[in-house]
Amino acid sequence: MVRVELPYHLRQLARVDKEIAVDVPGEVTIASVLDALEARFPMLQGTIRDHVTGERRPLLRFFACEEDLSFAPPTAPLPDAVARGVEPLIILGAIAGGSR
Amino acid sequence: MSEVRVLVGTRKGAFVLTSDGKRQHWKVSAPHFGGWEFYHLKGSPVDPNRIYASQSSAWFGQTMQRSNDGGKTWETVGNKFLYDGIPGTHQWYDGTPHPWEFKRVWHLEPSLTDPETVYAGVEDAALFKSIDGGATWTELSALRGHSTGSQWAPGAGGLCLHTILIDPSDHQRLYVAISSAGAFRSDDGGAGWKPITKGLHSKYLPVPDAEVGHCVHRIAMHPSRPQTLFMQKHWDVMRTDDSGESWQKISGNLPTDFGFAIDVHAHEPETVFVVPIKNDSEHYPLDGKLQVFRSRSGGHEWEPLTKGLPQQDCYVNVLREAMDVDTLDSCGIYFGTTGGQVYASTDGGDSWTAIVRDLPPVVSVEVQTI
Repeated sequence: MVRVELPYHLRQLARVDKEIAVDVPGEVTIASVLDALEARFPMLQGTIRDHVTGERRPLLRFFACEEDLSFAPPTAPLPDAVARGVEPLIILGAIAGGSR
Repeated sequence: MSEVRVLVGTRKGAFVLTSDGKRQHWKVSAPHFGGWEFYHLKGSPVDPNRIYASQSSAWFGQTMQRSNDGGKTWETVGNKFLYDGIPGTHQWYDGTPHPWEFKRVWHLEPSLTDPETVYAGVEDAALFKSIDGGATWTELSALRGHSTGSQWAPGAGGLCLHTILIDPSDHQRLYVAISSAGAFRSDDGGAGWKPITKGLHSKYLPVPDAEVGHCVHRIAMHPSRPQTLFMQKHWDVMRTDDSGESWQKISGNLPTDFGFAIDVHAHEPETVFVVPIKNDSEHYPLDGKLQVFRSRSGGHEWEPLTKGLPQQDCYVNVLREAMDVDTLDSCGIYFGTTGGQVYASTDGGDSWTAIVRDLPPVVSVEVQTI
């Protein structure tokens, strides 16, 4: 199982606690983790990656094992520690805004 | 005893306010989805416990919520708003072509007969329809495909379709308004559209009487007279009595005819309410005095309504979606402010009370009489 940490608003939307675990068939990549996540929590579809382009939303970032993976190819393998469930994939909302 | 339910969309969550028919004591719900923006919530006229809500975030995009119990609990429904075909371009602020990009849902208009059917007005301006309770959405693309579509340009708030009206006497007749493309009417359920802008005059346009380009802020209709519409334009308050074929200015003695919100009394089709805003650069009331203006003659002659409203140091705005009426015998009028107050009048506007005072900035107010 791959561990995923969601930002507060997405946990609220998915009605889950801080960390969740998803079963990811095949190679563990950003794309395959998000596929598994969205299959289990359909309400998250479109909130992390755009419906049309499939790209990461601009104000979200992906981190794991103290690395910023936001700009890695979505099909690149995630660190082995993430694949083995030792470390979580962290989906983080950028600290931005404040105008409202 | 009737109940009144006020659905309030704010910058930081949705709130449900409830009262009995006396409308003296209000219960304010905890925030639903605190931290998310709610541009609009609206209940089905045939099943008031079915409520649709537009939830969005700069971080996470657009999501949609649906309630089957009057806003107590919510389920997430479809948020896939895909333009039909190759989207093409509209005009950008600088006049250059710009691709259509979905940003958010501004307005939800449930069907008058079927709780599973709902229309959504979105930015960049398009009209979508769901017939499965919001699970899936299909664009009624004839609107955006109108021959003028490539000329539409955004207003300051974006290229948003913010008003959808269904003619209660002919459900195939739809009206929409777009900032800043103007107003359009369909007589065939959305298969075809025509601009309804004759009589609108916008001095900031290169051609002030152009067919499209008018920054319409809101249109209101009384259900008993669907051929009569009242419009708050960027500047000017307007009316039509022929379903938009021609418009006449009815600003009359308003101290300023800039504003956003406009609505009609539930039982008096010629009684109209607006909230004048100082001007298009200063979005707050004149002289720090929050005043609703009422016309009992369908326009031209307006009277200020101030009792119970702050008359000094008030610099809030009342946004286009933030006014509505109930249908009790003594019609209630409600509006929300960017300062977080929701004001209500239970006597046709003569006096006002803040039924809640410290919400996040209010974006939308919808009232259900149950």
